[in-house]
Amino acid sequence: MPTQKADPPVTGADFIKAYRLMLVARVLEEKLASLYRAGAIKGGVFLGRGQEALSVSVGIHLHRGDIYAPLIRDQAGRMAFGDTVLDTLRTYLGSQLGPMRGRDGNIHRGRPREGYYAMISHLGAMIPAVAGALLARRLRGESGIVGATCIGDGGTSTGAFHEGLNAAAVEKLPLILVVANNQYAYSTPNARQFACADLLDKAVGYGVVGHKVDATNLEQCLATLRRAIGAARAGGGPQLVVGDLLRLVGHGEHDDGSYVDPALKASPVGRDCVLLAEERIISENWAPAAECAKWRQEAEQEVNATVDKVRREPGPDPEDDDWAAFSNSEFAEHYAGL
Amino acid sequence: MITYLEAIRLAQEKALSEDTRVFLYGQDVGNFGGAFKATKSLAKEFPGRVFDAPLSEDAIIGMAVGAAIEGMRPIVEMQFADFSTCGFNQIVNHAATLYYRTGVPCPIVVRLPSGGTSGGGPFHSQSMEALYAHYPGLVVMTPATVEDAYGMLLQAVALDDPVIFCEHKFLYYHLKAEGLPESVLPVGKARLARPGRDATIVTHGAMLHESLAAALDLAEDGYEVEIVDLRTVKPIDTDTILASVARTGRLLCVSEEWPWGGVAAEVISRVSSEGFGLLDVAPMRLNAKDTPVPYHPDLWSVHRPTARSIAEAARRLLHI
Repeated sequence: MPTQKADPPVTGADFIKAYRLMLVARVLEEKLASLYRAGAIKGGVFLGRGQEALSVSVGIHLHRGDIYAPLIRDQAGRMAFGDTVLDTLRTYLGSQLGPMRGRDGNIHRGRPREGYYAMISHLGAMIPAVAGALLARRLRGESGIVGATCIGDGGTSTGAFHEGLNAAAVEKLPLILVVANNQYAYSTPNARQFACADLLDKAVGYGVVGHKVDATNLEQCLATLRRAIGAARAGGGPQLVVGDLLRLVGHGEHDDGSYVDPALKASPVGRDCVLLAEERIISENWAPAAECAKWRQEAEQEVNATVDKVRREPGPDPEDDDWAAFSNSEFAEHYAGL
Repeated sequence: MITYLEAIRLAQEKALSEDTRVFLYGQDVGNFGGAFKATKSLAKEFPGRVFDAPLSEDAIIGMAVGAAIEGMRPIVEMQFADFSTCGFNQIVNHAATLYYRTGVPCPIVVRLPSGGTSGGGPFHSQSMEALYAHYPGLVVMTPATVEDAYGMLLQAVALDDPVIFCEHKFLYYHLKAEGLPESVLPVGKARLARPGRDATIVTHGAMLHESLAAALDLAEDGYEVEIVDLRTVKPIDTDTILASVARTGRLLCVSEEWPWGGVAAEVISRVSSEGFGLLDVAPMRLNAKDTPVPYHPDLWSVHRPTARSIAEAARRLLHI
C-alpha cells in the first residue's frame, strides 16, 4: 500500500466557509419545520439536522461541471453546490417560479442541466444515474470531473446501491458515494439493517477505496471529502465514504423519533455538528462568539425575507399547465377531462 | 435478404455511425455481439462505444438515464424483455418522470427482446408492452415487420422521449425482406396491413403474421378481413382504428399479452367509447391464456393466439 501523504490542514477560512453554509441550511430547515407546523407546506418536510458537516463537505469540494445527486438530508451540501434559499423555498412552498414548478416538491429538486440532479424517492436509484453521467462524460472525452451522490444506512440495503456501486467500480468511474450512517432508516436501527461490522466493510467487497469519518466533526469531514473527491478526480476510481452520525430529528417532521435510543443521543455520535463547529471557531479564535451570532442573524434575515417573497408568488395553475409527460406534446393522452 | 434481427443490428450500426451521442450498453453486447447477435461486430466497428454491462438491469437503465441527462443517446439491451422487471424502477420512476418533473428530456432506448418462442418458458417469453404503456412518459414501439424494425429503431434513437422498443424474438430469424426501407411512417401512426370490408383485426408484433394467415383462411370462405398493425402501442393511433371499424362494423383485437389490462383491452375501450355507433356487433378480443407462458411446445402453441384460433374467433365475430 502506498504511503499516504499527510493531508494539508483545514484552515480557519475553509472551516468558516463551510460552517456558514451549514448555518444557512440549519436556519432554513428550522424555518421549514415551523412552516410545516403552521400548515404552510402541503407535503412532507424531511430535515438534515445533524448531517450538515458531512453534507456540506461533499458540496463544497465539487466544482462547476461536476455532478451532484444529493439525497434527503443534504440541505447543507446543496447550498454548497450552489442551490439557493430561494429555490429551496419555492420548491417546498410550491411556487410556479421554482425549478420544479409545483410538479415535484421538497427534497426532489434539482437542475439536471447544471449537473444538479433531482432525486427520485426510490433509494439507491441515483447511484447508477450518476455513474451513467460520468460514463457519458468519459465517452465525450472529458476528464477531471467527478460525480457525488449520497445515501443513508438504510439505502445501502437496496439492490440499486449494489448494482450502481458495482457497475461504477467495474468502469472505474470517478464516483464519490457518501453514506451518512445516521443510525436509523425511518425507525429501523442498524442492527436490523445490516450484519457487517461496519458499512465501510462494503468498500473492499466492491473493490473501491473506503474512507471512514466521524461525521459530527467538521474538520474531519472536510479533510476526508477533500481527499476522497481529489482521489476520484485524479483517476482513483469510486470512493466510498462512510460517516457516523445521529439523525437529530424524526424521519420527517411528522415523526417525533421516539424510538431513538437515548444512549445513542448521549453518546459522541449524538453530538450536534453545528454546535461543535461553532465551539471550535470560538476556541481557535477564528472568530468571536458575537460574529457567529451575527452570521446566524444574517441567515435568519435571508430566510425570512425569502419566505415572505415566495409566499406572495403564484402556485401552479392547473388551467395553464401543459400536463406534458412527453417532450413531444403530440404524444399526450386526453382522457382526463377538459 | 435481410432478417428482422439483422435490421435491428443494421439500425444500431447506422445510429452509431451517424450520431456520436449514441452508445450501446447491455449484457454481452460487446465483443460477443449479444445473446441474439443483435450487436454482432459493432464493438469492433465502433471501439469504446459498445460495451458489456454487469448483470444489473437497474444499473444498466439507471446509467442510461444519467448518460441521457448529459446529452447522450444510449441504446440499452435487456437480454430478454422479461428481465426488464429488474430495471422496472429506473424505467417507470426515473426515465418516465424526468421530463415532467425537471423539463429535461430522457432520450434513452430500451430494447426488449419480447414475446414467445417455442421452448422459451415462463421467463423468456413475456410481452411487456401494456405494462410500460401504462406509465406516462414512455413511448412503446412494437415493430412487426423487417422494415419497421429498422426504421422505427432509428426513430426511437432520434426521439427525445424514452422509448421501450419491443422487438419480437419470434420474428428475429424467419421474417425477411428484400431490402431496407427508404422511409418510415411517423411515430404513432398505425398501418393498414391488409385491406378488407367484413371485419377489422387490430393487432401488433408477431400476432400480425398470425392474423394475416387467418385472413387468408377466411378469404377462402369469401370474407375479407381488414388488419391494422398498431406498430406503436403508445402513442396509439385511435383514428386509424376507428376509420377501419367505420368501414367494417366489426372488431377483433388480437394480442399475445395476457388479457387483463392489455393492449387489446385498451383498443376495445377506445372503440367502445369513441366509436360505439360504428359497431354492428360487440367487439371481441383474443389474448394469450391467463397463465405463465408454458415451456413445452405443445402447451405453448395453444397458450398464445395462433392463425387457427384467430380465424375461429373471427368466424364467431362474423357469425359464420
